[in-house]
Amino acid sequence: MKSLAELAKIRDEAKNKIDLRGKKNTRIVVGMATCGIAAGARPVLLALVEEIKKRNLNDVEVVQTGCIGVCVLEPIVEVYNETGEKVTYIEMTPEKARKVIADHIVNGKVVSEYTIGAKKA
Amino acid sequence: MELYRSHVLICGGTGCTSSGSDKIEARFHEEIKKNGLEKEVKVIRTGCFGLCEVGPVVVVYPEGSFYAHVKEEDAKTITEEHLLKGRIVKDLLYYESIEEDSDQVKSINEVEFYKKQVRRVLRNCGVIDPENIEEYIAMDGYAALGKVLTEMEPADVINIMKQSGLRGRGGGGFPTGVKWSFAAGAKGDQKYMICNADEGDPGAFMDRSVLEGDPHAIIEAMAIAGYAIGSSQGYVYIRAEYPIAVHRLEIAIGQAKENGLLGKDIFGTGFDFDLEIRLGAGAFVCGEETALLQSIEGFRGMPRPKPPFPANKGLWQKPTIINNVETLANIPQIILNGAEWFASIGTEKSKGTKVFALGGKINNTGLIEIPMGTTLREVIYDIGGGIPNGKKFKAVQTGGPSGGCITYEHLDQPLDYDNLIALGSMMGSGGMIVLDEDNCMVDIARFFLDFTVDESCGKCTPCREGTKRMLEMLVKITSGQGEEGDIEKLEKLAYTIKDSALCGLGQTAPNPVISTIRYFRDEYEAHIRDKKCPAGVCKNLLTYYITDACIGCTKCARNCPVNCISGEVKKLHVIDSDNCIKCGACMEACPVDAIIKR
Repeated sequence: MKSLAELAKIRDEAKNKIDLRGKKNTRIVVGMATCGIAAGARPVLLALVEEIKKRNLNDVEVVQTGCIGVCVLEPIVEVYNETGEKVTYIEMTPEKARKVIADHIVNGKVVSEYTIGAKKA
Repeated sequence: MELYRSHVLICGGTGCTSSGSDKIEARFHEEIKKNGLEKEVKVIRTGCFGLCEVGPVVVVYPEGSFYAHVKEEDAKTITEEHLLKGRIVKDLLYYESIEEDSDQVKSINEVEFYKKQVRRVLRNCGVIDPENIEEYIAMDGYAALGKVLTEMEPADVINIMKQSGLRGRGGGGFPTGVKWSFAAGAKGDQKYMICNADEGDPGAFMDRSVLEGDPHAIIEAMAIAGYAIGSSQGYVYIRAEYPIAVHRLEIAIGQAKENGLLGKDIFGTGFDFDLEIRLGAGAFVCGEETALLQSIEGFRGMPRPKPPFPANKGLWQKPTIINNVETLANIPQIILNGAEWFASIGTEKSKGTKVFALGGKINNTGLIEIPMGTTLREVIYDIGGGIPNGKKFKAVQTGGPSGGCITYEHLDQPLDYDNLIALGSMMGSGGMIVLDEDNCMVDIARFFLDFTVDESCGKCTPCREGTKRMLEMLVKITSGQGEEGDIEKLEKLAYTIKDSALCGLGQTAPNPVISTIRYFRDEYEAHIRDKKCPAGVCKNLLTYYITDACIGCTKCARNCPVNCISGEVKKLHVIDSDNCIKCGACMEACPVDAIIKR
């Protein structure tokens, strides 16, 4: 170790990797029951994680959950903000997941055409 | 390094390892591979989580799900249910034993055990992988060393230590900054920095856990101390009975050297510091600093008189600083966060936190870190979860054989250095052995004296002969041969040893006797005058009886190893007291609790 800058570089890189173990502001929940997995939730989950890594979004956590109950709409992804309000996205794909990260998480704009409300309307 | 969506943290402390956490880890790897999750889930072995009672412990992030008492086959369930399908395995979650009707606790943040704790020394234990330097660096590791070397003069470092009010956590409680200033001012071409990891108190294991869970913190702190006092060589003196700690420390030293954080020209500042491990053979006296120095030099670990103090004449007669593991673990954080931050919690003369090892008759056996000044009641009932089996709390033995007991009436006393000494005990290394109504205090004193007699190095007469005589008297009392005047003799001998022994071991060895006589004189008297052991522990003073509750099931008779119980089926049984060996087997066998001991 020759300089503080070198140490800081290692720290910043390593920080991302253990960030899972802290408290986050935004919480993305992916339905990963049998129905969800069968409908393709796993690639959606991986796409979310990958996108978060790419963008260094340190305060976002991705967790999985069991069956939400509306199996017909799986894969389902729910995004909770720091106040606990949630947006439910349905029939997700990896492409849609990337867009959700870009528009909703980064820019704060809900992608309404993917939400459960859009389906009903 | 890849980014994973989930981390499985498995406790790799000594407690959980001995209950099979390494096998659980292997099983997790296997199951994760089987389910094709290698790229999504990372398995990490960490240091002690603290709640050893419910080990082996597995925590899954990001949810923070706290799984307790995990068995090998549970790895399959957790992988298939939680990791694959996202369904938290409720049956395996830690059940809060404190409130009887509480629900299972889902996340580590909700566990009552952790709520009153302030984890500074243990902040990385159970969070990072101790065998991976990058994870330590991610938690701001080595930033304090960098700051010290590039921005501060040695005198500044010593000043910040003095301002923080940090006192040695090894027992004596000497102010760390003041000690460092002695060595910094001492003359010598070579100075040494030593970490005392010879933790020998019965019941204490915090130093081991810190080394197992966060070894880099100790390395960093030693380098900082080395810079402050002008030393280029450090030693970690650790007992060979701590193989996991030694192993992780070796790995950590290797990684620090590879990364140029130990060795020559650290951070390009021209500062050199190297570190080596010295293994001790597990002698209690080698935790005493002058005996420790003798041991490193290759002699028998025996203390020598002080002064000269090691800060002036230590290892090979050179100025030497010896700090305990827990003391050192505080140092990098004091540098990074400042003296005021450190002093912001604690009491007037005892700043910061203290780690205690909770053991004995307590529900949550394990490792806790609390602000100085927390009351004993909070420790026993809020964090420790109270006494098992509805028994009554009797006393806590603190500071091991060098300490004494504090009792029921002191439950609301704040725990800090000076208060404990005022109560006739001491902080010591922080072992806390909780005793309930079933413990005989004379027997406890005998137990500790037994330990001291074994561990006395024999160099000085008061300790070598005196402790032996005390033990003989205690054995005499507990076996029912005690006579009037024995208590006074014990007291007199105790104070004589205290005043005349060479080192801390001998000077404090009578403490368990003095403090149990002080608070439980009636128990001593009961043993001597009435030939009774009120707690029902001392075998020679007990007689087993069968009460009218006996249903004549014959179980006791069948379990008696010496065939001294007689009686017909469905009729009251009788114990022949002359032949009874008081093993208690009948009492355990009896289904209706008809057997009592008095």
